[in-house]
Amino acid sequence: MLDDFLVRAALAGIGVALAAGPLGAFVVWRRLAYFGDATAHASILGVALALALSLPLSAGVLAVCLAMALAISGLAERKLGPDAILGVLAYSALAFGLVAVSLLPGPRIDPGVFLFGDILAVTRTDLAIIWGGGAAVLALIAWRWPALLTMTVSPELARAAGFDPRREGLVLTLAMALVVAVAIKVVGALLIIALLIIPAAAARPLSRSPEAMAVGAAAVGVVATGLGILMSLRLDTPTGPSIVCAAAVIFALTHLTGALRRT
Amino acid sequence: MSLISAESVDLTYGRQVVLHDVRLAIEPGEIVTVVGPNGSGKTSLVKALIGAVQPTRGRVVQAQGLRIGYVPQRLHIDATLPMSVARFLSLPRRVPAAEMRAALASAGADGLEDRTLSDLSGGQMQRVLLARALIGKPQILILDEPTTGLDQPGAAAFYRRIEALRDETGCAVLMVSHDLHVVMSASDRVICLNGHICCEGHPETVASAPEYRALFGTGTHGALALYRHDHAHGHHHDHADAAPAAAAGGG
Repeated sequence: MLDDFLVRAALAGIGVALAAGPLGAFVVWRRLAYFGDATAHASILGVALALALSLPLSAGVLAVCLAMALAISGLAERKLGPDAILGVLAYSALAFGLVAVSLLPGPRIDPGVFLFGDILAVTRTDLAIIWGGGAAVLALIAWRWPALLTMTVSPELARAAGFDPRREGLVLTLAMALVVAVAIKVVGALLIIALLIIPAAAARPLSRSPEAMAVGAAAVGVVATGLGILMSLRLDTPTGPSIVCAAAVIFALTHLTGALRRT
Repeated sequence: MSLISAESVDLTYGRQVVLHDVRLAIEPGEIVTVVGPNGSGKTSLVKALIGAVQPTRGRVVQAQGLRIGYVPQRLHIDATLPMSVARFLSLPRRVPAAEMRAALASAGADGLEDRTLSDLSGGQMQRVLLARALIGKPQILILDEPTTGLDQPGAAAFYRRIEALRDETGCAVLMVSHDLHVVMSASDRVICLNGHICCEGHPETVASAPEYRALFGTGTHGALALYRHDHAHGHHHDHADAAPAAAAGGG
């Protein structure tokens, strides 16, 4: 069954969506969208690194994303706002990555594959990496859930409860780097954050508890993946963007029904 | 045996000396209020006492197994986070429903269990935070400017509730406050802080101390003059106070 590229594509998309949902809830709650964007853009630099050193792609991406995320967390520039710093880092990393990829010896590599993903070319090895990485992300979030949630409500209350807010921040950073590393093949560096934010945002009007929102985000992501792959087949559209389009439509629907229910 | 004591505590952030040679002790059952101008180190002192920051010099001693109920200055809950009051009280550890109801009742927040946190008014939020601090039957309640954002009657009612709680449960209370006129009447002891302890003692003693008057105005009209002084500069105070709190959070 795994010989069918469509089945592999669906499994890859579902694996990413399941991990991205709960993490995406934290991205929305803690307003980490720019942070995630910067981390994801740095992944192109990781691609270049992996290709230059003949390392597995996900290892290079994971290493560079982690370094980027840690660099951002460590930077406390007073004269620039955090959004400006993140913008500088995100696009610098992206530009340096694209330049580095073009400088690599051998045949010219099409950077579009890494910018927009190539879910239909997912191999069995890719699937193993996606599901392994995704399971690691889910396990990490489930294990630290009470601490992460308390820290999201208030770092002071987290400290009073015996948690170290800085360590929990690192947990989220690590989870983010992992998701980027496993998702780059599926939706690409430019659309990864969409897969984190849109399903979580779509789940918000339907959720009455943080847990419901995390599970709902994963569910929305899975449905969007299915719809996106179908759409891509029918209309011959690029698959990664089609998945994001499906998620965006679900977002519009849940917020519309939410607004109607309130009136 | 004191519940918490600070022994010659110094605290510096970089080159900035925030606290210098602070010595104090909180005894069981007493209500102690720390007053002081903005940037006087009030919030830093609280953080040092609960162990959130380490003193640069000196030490903070807590009684063995001390149960602290901490009420933060304010809590901004993002509307993106769907969280009910009940879930908030059970964070990070599950609290039995009966205990939760009792804490909400003691804090004057009965019936708020199912409300969403981000929909609460400032006063309701403050009472929910108090209820959260009461869970686990604390021996000392520590409140950092608990009435920020409440109007005068709301603040007065909040302090009366704190006093009643102390009488019911016998827990000690340490408050940091801006509401000089109200807080004076509710306290057993007032500590006037400006980097160091300027003066301390019974509210009336402190109110007439020259050090206190130097900080809070030279008028001879007692609490009312102090109230006016505080009120006229309300906006400026709030603004300036954010800076040391943010600095403390980063350190």
